[in-house]
Amino acid sequence: MNKYTERLYNGIIKENPTFVLMLGMCPTLAVTSSAMNGLGMGLSTTVVLVCANLLISLFRKVIPDGVRMPAFIVIVASLVTVVDFMLKAYVPALSASLGVYIPLIVVNCIILGRAESYASKNPVVPSIFDGIGMGLGFTLGLTCIGIVREILGAGQLFGAQILSLEWFTPITIFVMAPGAFLVLAFLVAGMNIIRKKMDAKGTPLAKPSGCITGDCSGCAHSAFCNDKKKED
Amino acid sequence: MSDLTFHVSSSPHVRAKDSTNRIMLYVILGLLPTTLFGIYNFGAKALLLIVVTIASCVASEWVFEKIIHKKSTISDLSAVVTGLLLALNLPVSLPWWEAVIGGVFAIVIVKMMFGGLGQNFMNPALGARCFLLIAFAADMTNFNCDAYSGATPLAAMRNGETINRMDALIGRTAGTIGETSTLAIMLGAIILILLGVITLTIPASYLITFVIFMLLFSGHGFDMNYIVAQLCSGGIMLGAFFMATDYVTSPITPKGRILFGISCGILTGLFRCFGANAEGVSFAIIISNLLVPMIEKVTIPRAFGQVKEKKEGN
Repeated sequence: MNKYTERLYNGIIKENPTFVLMLGMCPTLAVTSSAMNGLGMGLSTTVVLVCANLLISLFRKVIPDGVRMPAFIVIVASLVTVVDFMLKAYVPALSASLGVYIPLIVVNCIILGRAESYASKNPVVPSIFDGIGMGLGFTLGLTCIGIVREILGAGQLFGAQILSLEWFTPITIFVMAPGAFLVLAFLVAGMNIIRKKMDAKGTPLAKPSGCITGDCSGCAHSAFCNDKKKED
Repeated sequence: MSDLTFHVSSSPHVRAKDSTNRIMLYVILGLLPTTLFGIYNFGAKALLLIVVTIASCVASEWVFEKIIHKKSTISDLSAVVTGLLLALNLPVSLPWWEAVIGGVFAIVIVKMMFGGLGQNFMNPALGARCFLLIAFAADMTNFNCDAYSGATPLAAMRNGETINRMDALIGRTAGTIGETSTLAIMLGAIILILLGVITLTIPASYLITFVIFMLLFSGHGFDMNYIVAQLCSGGIMLGAFFMATDYVTSPITPKGRILFGISCGILTGLFRCFGANAEGVSFAIIISNLLVPMIEKVTIPRAFGQVKEKKEGN
């Protein structure tokens, strides 16, 4: 597996932002009432993530360390504004249903997290692939939650009625806020079962090591990382 | 007992015949009058719904414990009590499979996920009732059945009608299976109090707070007829005596119990006077359940001989 496909695998499976890193929970819980919303939100975030990783990686040597956060925010905010206007112009229905969560991508911790832990320390092309991988992982997570909630809560899939209302009573709680928590919890539990089974079989799905730079001090996983460097 | 190591704790050593099993049996006994009245009132369909709900609770506890390789605890009867309480909180016209979902939710999500009996943070039956109320709002508030059509007493009062208080007391009204008859519930409550299963602290502070709240804020002034009608209709009696007094989800400190009852009373009053629905007992009790850890924290009784710490600087 070369460097680039490794980044994609890392984002989609190994460090899936929704099911493994538990990042970006706010849009995850709020906009996944249907599969379409989840997909739209995920793809919008992916676009912003890829562009932000690209720009931040390009400018990583110019941005002074002390003001890197404001600099990242400016870059991300500009990109989000662009995406917001694009959605409003071309898919107004999706834009209306996602509402305030599109502008809120600015403070999505996946984007700032990748900027801080990857893009600001790595060359441009791997950063782009990191963005694609993470973005697709997020999209996958959101779409899965959206599909489950939409089927149970409305009997629909991407807006098409797949369970006939003649015999199916929609469990409306699943398209409301409590349903988001329930579905997320069960999907994460399922993911953990798969992870445990793979571990037991001797072919681990890989723990979220997240070790990219070897810099343990700034790493969120340093508390439970096995490959941690011994402090001298 | 094959295990011969005995751990002797410090005195006092209380000898009692109480076990989870026995207490649950007493609770079932206490619920019998209202269950029987519910079946008499609503017919065989009520019996069917009760049986289905209990079976669903017991079966989901058994299956869940099989899956996680734990010793089965269905013989402590707590799942039966949960199922019975849940069924008494359902309208008789509810489709049976929705009752099954409610039973599974009560046991698996509210109780077993948090560690089984004794660890659940809210009353499983009420948690499931509220889940069903949100999930199947139309079915859960449809009280039309063979015996009765029309609004429940609470809904009628909300629309400004006066209700027949005698009917509400005996229970010949629309409503959920177990909540209609205040008399039957009181009979069961007396059995439980005489058997020493529950104390009057929580129900008394609950009901007194509720009455005071209604006197002040219901907009009916000091109208005893209205207050009695409010007390006799809806789930408040069933809630106060059988659900708010649940051992696991009510405070253990004496002062805490009073606070807990007050919280239930105020919330029930709030929901009934100003809420979107006519009834709010179940939501009031589960919200108060969530407050229990905090209530217990501030009401730890002072140990004998313990001196209040003086403030620094005195």
